[in-house]
Amino acid sequence: MAAKSASGAPAPGPDGGTSAQTGLWAWLNKRLPVAEFLNDQLTGYYAPKNFNIWYFFGSLALLVLVLQLVTGIFLTMFYKVGEASSFDSVEYIMREVDYGWLIRYLHSTGASAFFIVVYLHMFRAFLYGSYRKPRELLWLFGMAVYLALMAEAFMGYVLPWGNMSFWGAQVIVNLFGTIPGIGPALVEWIRGDYGIADATLGRFFALHVAALPLALLLLVALHMVALRRTGSNNPDGIEIKEKLDPQGKPLDGIPFHPYYTVKDVVGVGVFFVLFAIVVFFVPNLGGLFLEAPNFEPANPMSTPEHIAPVWYFTPFYAILRAVPDQRMGALLMFFAVVLFLFVPWLDRSPAKSIRYKGLPSKVALTLFAVSFVVLGYLGLQPAAGLYVLLARIFAAIYFLFFILMPWYSPLGAKPVPERVVYHAH
Amino acid sequence: MADHAVVGDDVVDLSRRKFLTRATIATGAVGAAFAAVPFIESWAPTERARAQGAPAEMDISKLEPGQMAITIWRKQPIYVVRRTPEMVKRISGHDADLKDPQSKDSTQPPYATNELRSRNAEYLVLVGICTHLGCLPKQRFSAGELYPSWPGGFFCPCHGSRFDLAGRVFDGSPASINLGVPAYSYPNEHTLLVGVDEKGAA
Amino acid sequence: MRTELKRVWQAAALVASAVLAGGVAAEEAAAAKEEAPKAGADWMHWHANTSVTDLASVQRGARNFTSYCLGCHSLKYERWSRLGADLAIPGELLQKDLMPPGDKPNQYILTTMPAADAEAWFGKTPPDLSLMARARGKDYLYQYLKTFYVDPTRQTGANNLRLPATAMPHVLSELEGLKAAVFKDVTKSGEGGQATREQVFDHFEQITAGRLTPAEYDGFVRDTVNFLDYVGEPTQAARRALGVWVVLFLLVFTWFAWLMKRDYWKDVH
Repeated sequence: MAAKSASGAPAPGPDGGTSAQTGLWAWLNKRLPVAEFLNDQLTGYYAPKNFNIWYFFGSLALLVLVLQLVTGIFLTMFYKVGEASSFDSVEYIMREVDYGWLIRYLHSTGASAFFIVVYLHMFRAFLYGSYRKPRELLWLFGMAVYLALMAEAFMGYVLPWGNMSFWGAQVIVNLFGTIPGIGPALVEWIRGDYGIADATLGRFFALHVAALPLALLLLVALHMVALRRTGSNNPDGIEIKEKLDPQGKPLDGIPFHPYYTVKDVVGVGVFFVLFAIVVFFVPNLGGLFLEAPNFEPANPMSTPEHIAPVWYFTPFYAILRAVPDQRMGALLMFFAVVLFLFVPWLDRSPAKSIRYKGLPSKVALTLFAVSFVVLGYLGLQPAAGLYVLLARIFAAIYFLFFILMPWYSPLGAKPVPERVVYHAH
Repeated sequence: MADHAVVGDDVVDLSRRKFLTRATIATGAVGAAFAAVPFIESWAPTERARAQGAPAEMDISKLEPGQMAITIWRKQPIYVVRRTPEMVKRISGHDADLKDPQSKDSTQPPYATNELRSRNAEYLVLVGICTHLGCLPKQRFSAGELYPSWPGGFFCPCHGSRFDLAGRVFDGSPASINLGVPAYSYPNEHTLLVGVDEKGAA
Repeated sequence: MRTELKRVWQAAALVASAVLAGGVAAEEAAAAKEEAPKAGADWMHWHANTSVTDLASVQRGARNFTSYCLGCHSLKYERWSRLGADLAIPGELLQKDLMPPGDKPNQYILTTMPAADAEAWFGKTPPDLSLMARARGKDYLYQYLKTFYVDPTRQTGANNLRLPATAMPHVLSELEGLKAAVFKDVTKSGEGGQATREQVFDHFEQITAGRLTPAEYDGFVRDTVNFLDYVGEPTQAARRALGVWVVLFLLVFTWFAWLMKRDYWKDVH
């Protein structure tokens, strides 16, 4: 009879299964800890059984990372970096390389999909306090991934050398000029020239194709190792390792394999359906994923009517423009990202999960989410009229969410249950 | 029953579970195979490569008797030799020294499957790539140039393969196959068109 | 939980249909009340309404382009052979009717006008049009080709509402005829309480008729825009066709995965 754990799911055998190995598998496992690894990380790794929809986005982020690496490598086979050739080579890929158009659209949609997935993944952490002790380092590694991702996406956007590539690079690189003292020299050093030029394109290419992907892989690996160490949080914010069964397995845990491998496959399926609809039917997504001005080659003599970064940067762009002073705006935009790093220590609620925090925390998180989305919308609009006022209001809400957290987070906390809340599905 | 297991308080229908798992894995495998197709196809020569591989035209009216000219077709050097009647005579008489005098193993179009390996005696068109490991053979057209009984032909400097004035490989060469002949035709008497013959564009 | 979700969907469906019905009714009421607009007054709302699946239209557009546009504008990312293959135009027809003499089928479609001359004559080089439909949009191109008007103050004798002070002359005047733009003085209350007077476009007035009737010219422009839409992304038809199969397959896969997941999760309590 199959042994059962307290949660009712079958557990692996006592020896981890090595005695049952024969032939090639046994040969391999004497030389490489394959079965041991699979056992430890999959069948032997217990995750909380009450994961909900918010827990799909980690595995989806990993999927998109792989997708971007594969499509990116294939694009690099045909892309020709250089002021005189980059734009043409992208059109060559779109028109003359067999299925080049598909590889290109997979990569451009993948970039946006990466941010959608990552933002939802981060929001989950806010919902359930996944950044709280002992997962602070997990959160910090995740933030490092996010920062590397922003740099990667920014540089990738420059590579087609369209007019928005050029002017977007111009504006963002110029921001570094606001740093007191070293600013202008730093900008020239980043650019490698007196304006955004071939030198800039070349170095962004190397960083985008080689350096940052390596950094991303390393950071994602560290992120996952940190997760393995602490185990995953869950929607109730309870530490499942605190209640173990006679075999030492968490009472509220289930083996990651087969239960979450199987569940994640469904998530992958749904993701791919939505992803394919965009790739094949609306790859531009009305100018959000592929911006119209970028179908014209870079022209240093002609600025597009509205310079806006791609949608995933626009919340921060809105904050930058909300402040009338350039230096202060840049500083505030910088802090808008940096504040995320402090959240594990700003959140003073006795409960990790929003389910057991008081009304003030629920209101604050809702306002934060709304302000992030609204700021994102405002960042796409010209900075004029009512939009400016709204940007200032919502930027204030955004910052207050973080700054006031130590005071509002403990208010109204409710008792946290002993065991996770689970409904069969 | 073998197809069921007791897990907790439930009886699990293992055969249903196996079926569903296999169905999903099979569908996933089919999907993965289809997904691989665009990436594999992207490596096929593009329109630009095909355009650059278009037939190569050459004006042969300027070629002196006994001279060789080289043109490029599909990234390959094409040797065009205008053979004198005396050179044509030196193609026969040494079949015993050749590995494949009838050109049974080598690549050539039907009109070059003859002793002269060309449409007419005067012009020889060969793919100038040694069939051993790919170097470019050098011309040694004079009789006795390499050794007293040398009838004239090509000598490959890399590993010493020797070919006669019809591109057929000699015994003792590291190469085993005669030099290849591409598809070609003469749209008019002073133009050679490599890459196009009766069958159309190659 | 499930019944609640069902109720939410039902309520949403009810609200959506009410909004839809209300919207349709409002539209019809507004349409009934509208008077015939002055010629061209609503030019900013004109839509091209073209579809690249209309092959005959794209073919006509190709012919229009080679006759009237190729003299100055290139399509440097498109090859003649590609055009022929995508538009089902056989080689001899392509060579006879569309290709300039001397061009080879696998060549890119380039204009014969030297760029230096163009700059001297027009003040700027006529841009390549391969990606114009993607950069500005079909509606922009449609509006551009239909809002040229006579302007004696300009060197080309023409101006344009969609792109004021355009360097391009009214090349299609032979087909469309010549029209004048009538502007009205409008007083607007500006910021800070000051009133400003502005010249605002009111309507067009036809001066001379062209070789085509207005309906024919409209069709001409739409075919040309349709062609430029095709050139902007020649693979778009293949993309959508493939997409249908891919999405269907993925739906089937997801359904299997979902059944598999449900079975495994019966174990979990």
